[in-house]
Amino acid sequence: MAQNAKPRLAVWKFSSCDGCQLSLLDCEDELLAVAGAVEIANFPEASRAVGKGPYDLSLVEGSITTPHDAERIHRVRRLSKFLVTIGACATAGGIQALRNFHDVKNYISAVYPSPEFIETLSKSTPISDHVKVDMELRGCPINKYQLVEVLSAILNKRKPGISSHSVCIECKRRGTVCIMVAQGIPCLGPVTHAGCGAICPSYNRGCYGCFGPKETPNTESLAAQLTGLGVSDPDIVRAMRGFNACAEPFRKEGEAHER
Amino acid sequence: MSAKTIKVDYLARVEGEGGIHIRIKGREVADVRLTIFEPPRFFEALLRGRNYSEAPDITARICGICPVAYQMSSVQAMENALGITVDGPLRALRRLLYCGEWIESHALHVYLLHAPDFLGYEDAIQIARDHPAVVQRALQLKKIGNEIVAALGGREIHPINVRVGGFYRVPAKSELTPMLDRLQWARDASVETVRWAATLPFPEFEPDYEFVALRHPDEYPINEGRIVSSTGLDIAVHQYEEHFFEEHAKHSNALRSVHKDHGSYHVGPLARYNLNFDRLPPVAQAAAREAGLTNVCRNPFKSIIVRGVELVQVCDEAVRLIQEYTMPGKAAVPVVPHAGTGYGCTEAPRGILYHRYRLDEQGIITEAKIVPPTSQNQKQIESDLRQFVASRIDLPDEKLTWQCEQVVRNYDPCISCATHFLKLHIERD
Repeated sequence: MAQNAKPRLAVWKFSSCDGCQLSLLDCEDELLAVAGAVEIANFPEASRAVGKGPYDLSLVEGSITTPHDAERIHRVRRLSKFLVTIGACATAGGIQALRNFHDVKNYISAVYPSPEFIETLSKSTPISDHVKVDMELRGCPINKYQLVEVLSAILNKRKPGISSHSVCIECKRRGTVCIMVAQGIPCLGPVTHAGCGAICPSYNRGCYGCFGPKETPNTESLAAQLTGLGVSDPDIVRAMRGFNACAEPFRKEGEAHER
Repeated sequence: MSAKTIKVDYLARVEGEGGIHIRIKGREVADVRLTIFEPPRFFEALLRGRNYSEAPDITARICGICPVAYQMSSVQAMENALGITVDGPLRALRRLLYCGEWIESHALHVYLLHAPDFLGYEDAIQIARDHPAVVQRALQLKKIGNEIVAALGGREIHPINVRVGGFYRVPAKSELTPMLDRLQWARDASVETVRWAATLPFPEFEPDYEFVALRHPDEYPINEGRIVSSTGLDIAVHQYEEHFFEEHAKHSNALRSVHKDHGSYHVGPLARYNLNFDRLPPVAQAAAREAGLTNVCRNPFKSIIVRGVELVQVCDEAVRLIQEYTMPGKAAVPVVPHAGTGYGCTEAPRGILYHRYRLDEQGIITEAKIVPPTSQNQKQIESDLRQFVASRIDLPDEKLTWQCEQVVRNYDPCISCATHFLKLHIERD
C-alpha cells in the first residue's frame, strides 16, 4: 500500500497472439527483479489477482478489432498514467490488419460456418488511432531486452535507449556481410526499424520487416532494387503486406505495386 | 428454489481471452459455457493468396506461446503437398527445435500457470516469496527450452529459421554442444519436477475420456505419426476431416471440434501419455512410476505430473539429438512449387494441431484449414466443468469458482489459438 509505494504495472491484451506479453515472462533472469521493482497490479496471463487502477504504467498488446475493444481501450487510457504499446499489432494493426485490404464479410464466412455469431470491425487498427500513446515498442514480437530497457528507463525517469535507424546498421554492427549485395537475397533491412539485432540476415535470410518501417524509409528505392533482383510486383506487394502491412510507408509502397 | 450463477469474467493464467459461465438451478447444473471473446483474426482467410513459403511465418503468429508448433504443422502440410521428404539431420533438428518449445511451454504451464492453483497462490511471483528455489528451478528450465529455440530458430518467439524444405541455416555441432550440460541438469530438474508435482493435492475426478493423439512406430509423438484414439481409431493424417468436424456455438469466437458419432474428445499431454506410455524412455517411465502413476491416468488435475513426465522425455531426447547430430551439407531440400493439397499434424504442447492447404500451380495458397488443440478440447472442457460442478454443488461459490478455473487450466488452454479467454460465471437460479 502507501508505505511501499512501488510503481503499479498493468498489462493489457487486445487482438494479438500473446507473444509480446509473454516476452515479460521470458525474461527468466530478470522476472523476479522486475516483480521486486514494481507492483504487478494487473497481468491476467500471469496472475488471477487484479488490483484496481489507476496504474502508473500500462503495457498494451494487440490491435483494436471489435466494437467492445474500441471502447475498452479508452478505459485503459483513463486508468493509465503512462501507456506503452508493445508489438506490431498494437503499433500497426498486426497481421490481422490484412483484412483492411479486403471485405471483412468474406473473411468471416471463409472461417466461420455461422457468420452471424461474429462481431468484428471491418478494420484492425493500432492503439494510437484510438487514444494517446506515450511510447511505442516495435516488433513481431518485441525484443525482450528492449522491454526491460523501457521498464528500467521509466522506473528511473530517464529516456530509454531505443534506436530508430534501420536493420542495416545492426548488420554492420554484428559484422554480417550484406546478403542482398553479396548473395542477391531480397531483404527489407534498409527500410526496417532496428531492434531485433538483425537476426534474419545472420541466418542467411532476408529481413521480412517484422519491426515495421524505420524513420524516413525510402521504400521506393528499395522496391526498385528488389525489382532488379527479379522480384515480381505481386511478391513486392506480399513483402510489404506482412506483419506491419498498415504502417503507412509499407501500405503505400504495397499499393504502388498493385495494379 | 435457490438459483445462482458462477462466473469468471476474465480467466487468468491462460493464454488469450475467455471466461466461464455456469448456471445452477436448484441442485442441477443448467448451463455451462466456456465463452471465448478473444477477437477473431481470420488466419484461414488471410492466408489465401499468400505464397506457400510464407505459411510458417504467418501461422506462427497465431500463437506466441507455441509458434514452433504452427511452423512444424504448416511445413509438414506444405511438404506433403509438394511431395518433399525432410529426413536425416534436418528432421532431427526440427525435432530438437520442437523439444525446446515443449520444455519452455511445459515449464511455463506447470510452475507459473498451473501450480499456483494447487498451492493456493494467485501467481508464481507469490510462490517465489515462500518457495524461491521452486520458482528458480522453473525459470531455469524454461530458459534452457528457450535457449534451444533461439539457437535453432534465431529467437524464442516467432523463430525465423524454419522454411518449407528445412532451414535457412543449419548450426555446426559446436553451436549445440555447449547446451548439453544444462540440458542434463534440466533432465534431472524435470525428474525433480515430477516428484514435486506428485506431492500436490488432487481432487478425485476421472471422466471417461476419449483420448486422441499421434502415435509413431518408435518415437514418443511430437512431430509425426498416425492419429489414434482410446476407442480404437487409427487413421492417417489426411483422413482427419473424415472423422472430426467443427461446430460453431453462439457464445464463442472459436470453433469446437467433435469426433463424428463419438462427441467430445481430449487432446494434449494426458492423451499422449495414455496412448504412448510405451514410447517414453526408461528415465521418464521410471519418474512416472515413482510418482505413483501407472500407464493409465484419467485425472485431468494430474496433467501437471504428466507434463513433468513429458519434460523428462523431451530433455532426454534433446540430449540424445544433440549427441547424435552431424551437420548436414545442405540447409534445405530444394522446393519446386506446383499445384496440390497437403496435410500436416504435429503435437503442439497442448495437443494435436492439424493444417491443410491447397496450392495452385504457382504455389499460391487457395485454401487453408487450421484446427488448434484448444478448439478440439473446448467441448471436453465444458463437459468436465459440468461433471465437476454437479458433484460439488454445495461448495461455497468462491471455492467452486476457483476450482472451476482450475478445471479449465488443467488443459493449458490457448485461447489465442482457439480463436482464432477467460471469464468464469456460475449462475444459480
